[in-house]
Parts: sequence; C-alpha cells; structure tokens
Amino acid sequence: MIIFQNVSKIYQNNSHTMVALDDASFTINPKEFVSLVGKSGAGKSTIIKLLIGEEKPSKGRIVFGSYDVNKLKLKELPFLRRHIGVIFQDFRLLSNKNAYENVAFALEMAGRPQSDIEEFVPQALELVGLKNKATNFPRELSGGEKQRVAIARAMINHPDVIVADEPTGNLDPANTWEIIRLLLEINKLGTTIILATHNKDIINQLGSRVISLDNGKIIRDEEKGKYILT
Amino acid sequence: MFTALSRIIRYGLLGFWRNGWLSTATISIILIALFVFESLIIFQILTQTALDAIQNKIDISVYFKSDAPEDEILKIKQVLSGLEEVKSVEYVSKDQALEAFQSRHKDDEAITESLKELEENPLLASLDIKAQDPKKYAAIAEYLDKSSFKDRFQKVSYTQNAVVIERLSKVIDTAEKGGVTLIVVLALLAVLVTFNTIRLAIYSSREEIGIMRLVGASNTFIRGPYLVEGIIYGAIGAFLSVLFALPIIYITSPYIKIFIPEMNLWSYFLNRIFFIFLYQLLFGVTLGIISSAIAVRKYLKI
Ligand SMILES: Nc1ncnc2c1ncn2[C@@H]1O[C@H](COP(=O)(O)OP(=O)(O)OP(=O)(O)O)[C@@H](O)[C@H]1O
Ligand SMILES: [Mg+2]
Repeated sequence: MIIFQNVSKIYQNNSHTMVALDDASFTINPKEFVSLVGKSGAGKSTIIKLLIGEEKPSKGRIVFGSYDVNKLKLKELPFLRRHIGVIFQDFRLLSNKNAYENVAFALEMAGRPQSDIEEFVPQALELVGLKNKATNFPRELSGGEKQRVAIARAMINHPDVIVADEPTGNLDPANTWEIIRLLLEINKLGTTIILATHNKDIINQLGSRVISLDNGKIIRDEEKGKYILT
Repeated sequence: MFTALSRIIRYGLLGFWRNGWLSTATISIILIALFVFESLIIFQILTQTALDAIQNKIDISVYFKSDAPEDEILKIKQVLSGLEEVKSVEYVSKDQALEAFQSRHKDDEAITESLKELEENPLLASLDIKAQDPKKYAAIAEYLDKSSFKDRFQKVSYTQNAVVIERLSKVIDTAEKGGVTLIVVLALLAVLVTFNTIRLAIYSSREEIGIMRLVGASNTFIRGPYLVEGIIYGAIGAFLSVLFALPIIYITSPYIKIFIPEMNLWSYFLNRIFFIFLYQLLFGVTLGIISSAIAVRKYLKI
C-alpha cells in the first residue's frame, strides 16, 4: 500500500522556486498496475524520487507499507528501497561494473547467496535479451541495452513494487511491447507496477488505472484511463 | 556475514584493478607521503646520534694541585658522582695522565726527550665530569667554585671553555626543538596531501555511491570496498617506500659516516627494516582507511 497525502515538492535554487508537485494525494493498492502520465516536467519523476526517499517532500506525508517514508533515517532507507525496484529514467547503472555485475549487485547487497546469483542473474539477462552482453560495461551498451539492464536489475530481487520511469523511451516498438508484456506478466504474479510514461499507445492499450499530472497537479485519476492531454 | 565480507573484498580489489590509472596515481602520492615520513624518522635518528656524539665530547675537567692526596680526590669524586646534574665522573691519576700524554706525543722526539730529563711527573691528576645535560655545566662549575675543597684545585677547565660549551648547548637545544617542529609540520603536510588525493579519487565515484544508495545498498556494503582500496593503497605504498629507500640509503650511508662516525646508517636500517616496514604499513594503512572513510561519508547522505 502506497499513500501520498497532500504532498508538495518545491525546488528552490537561488532566487528560483519551482513547484514540481502540488498537493498530490492518491493511494496505490497492492498488485495494482498504475500509470503516471503527463507532459514533460509535469512531476512524474518527482513522485518516484519522493517515494524512494531520494528527495524530501516540502509538505505532506508519504507512506509505503509500514514505512513512514519521510521519517526514515539514512540508515533505514536501504530497507525501504529494497522493496522497490526502480527502472530510472536515466538508467543509473554502475559505470564501473559490467551488465552482469550491475544486475548481480541488487542480489549481493541484499545478502543473497552466491548460488542464487549464479542462477538468477543469467536468467534475468536472458529475459531482457542481453545474454551475450553480460560482460559489457555501461559505456559499451546502447541506450536501449542500458535500459534493459536497468529493467533486469529492478526485477531480479522480486520487489513488492516495480517503478518504471519511462522504461521504453529508448526502445523500438517491438522491444517496447516486449517490456510492457513483461511488466504485465510480473504484475499478474502479484507485484505492484507504477509506470511513468508519455507513450499514448501504451496507455490506451493497457486500459488500467491512469493518474494524469499537469504542472505538478493531479488532474485526473481514472480506473480505466485513457491518455488525454489538456 | 562472511558472504558480505568476501563480496566487499572482491569489489575492493576489482575497483582497485579497474581504476588502474587512478590507483597508480593515488599510490604514488601515498608513496611520497610515506617517503617523507620515513626520511623524517631517519633524519631524527641522525640528528639525535650526532647530538649525542657532540654531547659526549663536552666535559669539565678539574685539575688538582700536585700535593693533593689521592684518597681525597677519590672522596671528592664520590661527592660529585652523587650530584643530580652529573652523569659520570672519571678519575685520571698523574700516572695515567702521563701515559696518555706520552702516547699522544710518542712521535715527537723533542717532547719525549725533555720528559725523560724531568725527575718528577709534571702532569696533574684530574676528574673528568660529564653532565646529564649540556645546560647543566654552568651549575656544576658554580658548585665546584663554592665547594669546600676548592683550594685543592689547580684549575677548572670550564672557566676557559665556558663560552664554547654554552653555545654548543644552545645549538643542541635549538636543533632538537627545530627537528621536532619540522617533523610535525612535514608529517602533517604529507597526511593532508594523501587525504586530498584519496578524496579526489572517491569524488570520481560519487555518482556510483549515490546509485548504490538508491537501489538499496547499506552503507557498510557501499563503504567497504573503498576501505579495502584504502588498505591496498597504504600497504603497497609502505612496501614501495621501504624498497625504494634501500638503494638511497646504501649510497648515502658512507657520506653520512664522514659526518657522524658513530653512525652506520646502512646496517642500522637493515637491522630494523622489519620494524620500519611495520611502522610505514601502520601509518599508510591507517591513513588510507581514515581518508577513504571520511571521503565516502559525504556521498552516503542520499
Ligand atoms: N533538482 C531540481 N531542482 C529544481 N527543479 C527541479 C529539480 N528536479 C526537477 N525539477 C523541476 O521539477 C519539475 C518536474 O520534474 P520531473 O522530473 O518530475 O518531470 P517529469 O514529469 O518526470 O518529466 P519528464 O517526462 O520529462 O521526465 C520540472 O519542471 C523540473 O524542471
Ligand atoms: Mg521524468
């Protein structure tokens, strides 16, 4: 269960103030598939950053399961984050580690045994079609390949929630649908999915819950949403 | 626990290896810092040996009138030995003085001849007094001057050498104080430079550290490999600093012997090479770990 309660985020640098999220309230139940849509700069990534405690809200309360996110200490944040697999918009791969190690890292930091790593990491890479790029470093991968490594890393630990921030932005249509199908599959197995995207076709095809954002405000929250821009 | 530790060590080694250029640069800086540290130790040993040697050459001699009986001189020796400021008192009898004089001038025909013509030993018995500290000679001289057995003295050498002894004791004092200051300043400088180098190396990893935090790694798991790298830097630096010092000391040792005959630096170094290495290892590894820990801390706050 994820709860945003009157959450605002105001970025302040020098004389400039930017309201990235304005009094947003919503609840996401376990096993839901929710899409966040909105123009560029609408505040989609901001919601994700607030959820994993990368940014602190200026106002409001965020709850994830039993965690009160903004009350967590730096020491406690890792435990929250291990419940959430994030596919970052800018991938955020570890540049000093190759594809295999990037995926393995998510298991290693959680203290999973070596046998798990040897079994699951090749499986995950196979699933995203990167078996033959396992030893490539991020700088040796294309945008779409990096994105797929990020996807494999986010899924491998079987988190309660997978957050996908524009996970198909660098993929061709065939690969895009492959990834969406994968996310649906994972969702069917009981994982909550939060998908932030601009992609109108995907939203219209999915026919699941859509939260629409504009200028940091939630303007629509529909059970069987369509992609509508005002 | 063991799995985590072995992963941390593996990532430390991997990071060290993959950032080969950066690791080499960091080790070079640590090596220089450790070299400074090593030179300071050696410098300290050399000055101390030299100063000790000089101090050993300073003394006060009290010459007794030729009619002073030996048992009285020995009694005075007892009294003087009991003084706090006095390190040692050596009795040189008339005969010993003559022997020493003869052996010193045995190649000089004229002196040997003229000595033979004398019926009586012209030399005086003396007490050679060494002080605990060169600054104490003045006090000892004063004590002698006021003592009840003063009228037994023919002369006291200090009165003639007072200026030289005082100046020497000042030089020794300044050299010791200056040496300590120099060591503290240079060692501090070496520590700062090393710390900054490691900070810079970790600065280049700040994004990685942030990412590891965001995907849920604990601070221990993130910090560990950087500490391992710090340990490797320090250990390799320590090893190289001792290795590179060997030829330098071998070459300079004979020259140092010219200035300080009491010092054979090469054998001194070889005899203690294990301790010097341990010392350097301790210093290098501590420096590496602490610098890494402080540098990483900053980027863990996400
Ligand atoms: N660190 C920051 N400092 C100042 N302003 C920021 C910061 N991060 C984001 N913003 C601003 O907040 C607003 C929302 O950004 P956000 O990244 O949430 O948009 P988005 O909906 O994810 O857009 P996109 O679809 O392009 O990814 C933007 O106007 C952005 O410029
Ligand atoms: Mg975004």
